[in-house]
Amino acid sequence: MTLTQTPHAETTIEALHHVIEISDLSLRFETRDGPVQALSNIDLKVERGEFLSFIGPSGCGKTTLLRAIADLETPTSGALKVNGMSAHEARANRAYGYVFQAPALYPWRTVADNIALPLEIMGYPKFERDQRVAEGLELVNLAGFGKKYPWQLSGGMQQRASIARALSFDPELLLMDEPFGALDEIVRDMLNQQLLRLWDKTRKTVLFVTHSIPEAVFLSTRIVVMSPRPGRIQDIIETGFPRQRPLDIRETPEFLEVANRVRHGLRAGHSYDD
Amino acid sequence: MNARVADLAPPLLFGLAVLALWEVGVRLLGVPAIILPAPSAIALRFASSTPTLAADFLQTIRGVLAGYAIGSGGGLLVAILIDRSPFLQRGLLPLGNFVSALPIVGVAPIMVMWFGFDWQSKAAVVVVMTFFPMLVNATVGLAGGAGSMERDLMKTYAADYSQTLRLLRLPAAGPFVFNALKINTTLAMIGAIVAEFFGTPTVGMGFRISTEVGHLSIDMVWATIVVAALTGSAFYALVTFIERRVTFWHASYRIREN
Amino acid sequence: MKNVLPVTIVLVALFALWYAAAALMNASLQEDMFANAGHTDYTTAELVAASLEMERPKLPAPHQIAAELYKLTIETAPTSKRGLVYHAAITLEETLIGFLFGAAFGIGLAVAIQSAPVLNRSMMPWIVASQTVPIIALAPMIVVILNQFDITGLAPKAVIAAYLSFFPITVGMVKGFRSPDPLQLDLMRTYSATRRQTFAKLRAPASAPYFFASMQIGAAAALVGAVVAEVTKSEDGGLGARLLAGSYYGQTVQIWAALFAATALSAALVGLIALAGRIVLHRMAFTR
Repeated sequence: MTLTQTPHAETTIEALHHVIEISDLSLRFETRDGPVQALSNIDLKVERGEFLSFIGPSGCGKTTLLRAIADLETPTSGALKVNGMSAHEARANRAYGYVFQAPALYPWRTVADNIALPLEIMGYPKFERDQRVAEGLELVNLAGFGKKYPWQLSGGMQQRASIARALSFDPELLLMDEPFGALDEIVRDMLNQQLLRLWDKTRKTVLFVTHSIPEAVFLSTRIVVMSPRPGRIQDIIETGFPRQRPLDIRETPEFLEVANRVRHGLRAGHSYDD
Repeated sequence: MNARVADLAPPLLFGLAVLALWEVGVRLLGVPAIILPAPSAIALRFASSTPTLAADFLQTIRGVLAGYAIGSGGGLLVAILIDRSPFLQRGLLPLGNFVSALPIVGVAPIMVMWFGFDWQSKAAVVVVMTFFPMLVNATVGLAGGAGSMERDLMKTYAADYSQTLRLLRLPAAGPFVFNALKINTTLAMIGAIVAEFFGTPTVGMGFRISTEVGHLSIDMVWATIVVAALTGSAFYALVTFIERRVTFWHASYRIREN
Repeated sequence: MKNVLPVTIVLVALFALWYAAAALMNASLQEDMFANAGHTDYTTAELVAASLEMERPKLPAPHQIAAELYKLTIETAPTSKRGLVYHAAITLEETLIGFLFGAAFGIGLAVAIQSAPVLNRSMMPWIVASQTVPIIALAPMIVVILNQFDITGLAPKAVIAAYLSFFPITVGMVKGFRSPDPLQLDLMRTYSATRRQTFAKLRAPASAPYFFASMQIGAAAALVGAVVAEVTKSEDGGLGARLLAGSYYGQTVQIWAALFAATALSAALVGLIALAGRIVLHRMAFTR
């Protein structure tokens, strides 16, 4: 297992593999207290099928970057391509599923109807909707809970439902913004494992924002370490772990080495300063 | 079940105690009937004048229900229409709040002039009274009922305006709309009855109260008030019942009060 | 403040609509009047102009109402029974006295309900339920009964004003006293604070926003009560009496003028309370 930084060499074959290409991206917010440079000169290429984590303290721009890729925020300068299109076109083409920090399930719909929501909007016929909903529930181990309402489920189960919802229309990309942040550690561990299994099974490209170092190291093929003021990429680390990995891997020296490198990057970006 | 009975006991006992004191006090102190009739006298009057009371009820309720439906429906419709224009919202909302605080019943004589003496003018007064609370509540509900995450979710689906309105913002505005519907039941009753104080054909709850007061038939006045009170409470209870069915999902139904 | 432009534009639009509506609604009446007077050839412009100046229009034009308001306030002596100032003063007096008593009673009742759980459990359901009852239906009866006790003039109207305002104030203040977070109440318990201390140091200050909100509702309700009571017994004057008189004698513009005066009064009262509220709440750091 090697720990090397991603080579920046550009070959034609590599270009085909890049689901997302970001070059020199900057984003400035105008707030009442003056302008805030949320993102500054971001360069990043995301390969198909990888699990990419973004880690950093609050204010480092990781959520802003995810939202920019999702066309929920507009960059002030730079280039951003998703599936070879602009972010706006990618959103119109429903290129990704988004999972928020909270489940954001609509409380007046059953769990099954919530998973079917994007399918209704995108005009899938009823038969296909029902099929996909059933598959989605299976995928996240919520079979049998379809007729329940969101508030009847625990936080972890609700978040699993929102993941099923994000995948119901089979997008290439899965964008996740600190999805397990509100859950306790035991549930988190379980969901981390389930997410890995799901990723391995569906072969999606996952962009995952987190502020937990162990979570980032455990889940990812690559980790983007970001630092604040202004928001920028501090380091990009390849983890090199196999696709199938047990929880015990967190005790191994290789794991700790990666974690240390992440921590080092955070410190270098003044993330631990006040 | 026991908890529900225990909840009902104190107010019921209190109410019965008040009635008992009333009955006994009026008899003991020899209070004349034109000042304060005993509850038993009111009950007798109620029984003997039921046809008149029923006719009054039917007359007034026409104005109440017609005005309520048109006013609330109109307010909701306008709220949806101005939904796409934040400019219009910022212009109309302060005005709506302003108008809600005004003595709108004062438009009753004007409505009588425009729509005649019958129930239509009373309905018109109720329309004016119920329109603005609904407009304000519905606009606030459409704007803020749905959280930003839920709205971002719709954006990630590239849902268009009408899809977002139908699937997210209208259901999320439900609690606000029902808040206005509940307020409007009381306003509708007040509007119709007070409008009848200003002139009406010889039937109607407001008419009955103002004329019987002139004849000093206070027991009849009380009987009419009882009808009005029952109608008002029943109307409110009906809307609350429907609210519970439609917005069953709202957090307020899951919070236990201590 | 960013609302000033939209509100102004909406108001201007409303004005324009009003003029258009007045011209349309009065036109047929005006045509009849022309016909009766033998006028046959008149231009549309003349028709429109005439319908905006009718003496008994279906819908008075804004300038007609403004002129009537001016006539009845500035040009008439304040003490004259023909002027609006006289009647507005009567209504205002009834409203203020009623509101003060209603507020005092309402707050007092709320404090009592908060301090005695037994009162809370037995009375609150009735008070909440009474909100669904059109209490204003009691107004005529109260006026007449008080008259039997030789309580006439301003007092019965003030009583009704008080009666209408105390319910919303009680409900609002009880909500306010119960508004502190359970965590804050627990904190008080860790200090072994007495009921009175908890009330004075936590519940009362926490209820400040509810206080101002219910005062606004109470003031508006008191005014409505006073006006409606005056309709019942109009000999003693007041804006409600003017409304009734205008309705009886078909004096349309008079009705509108009285209505505007009542509206202005209500707006002024509610506005003053709102302003006081904003200042006080700002100093108490309740602002968003």
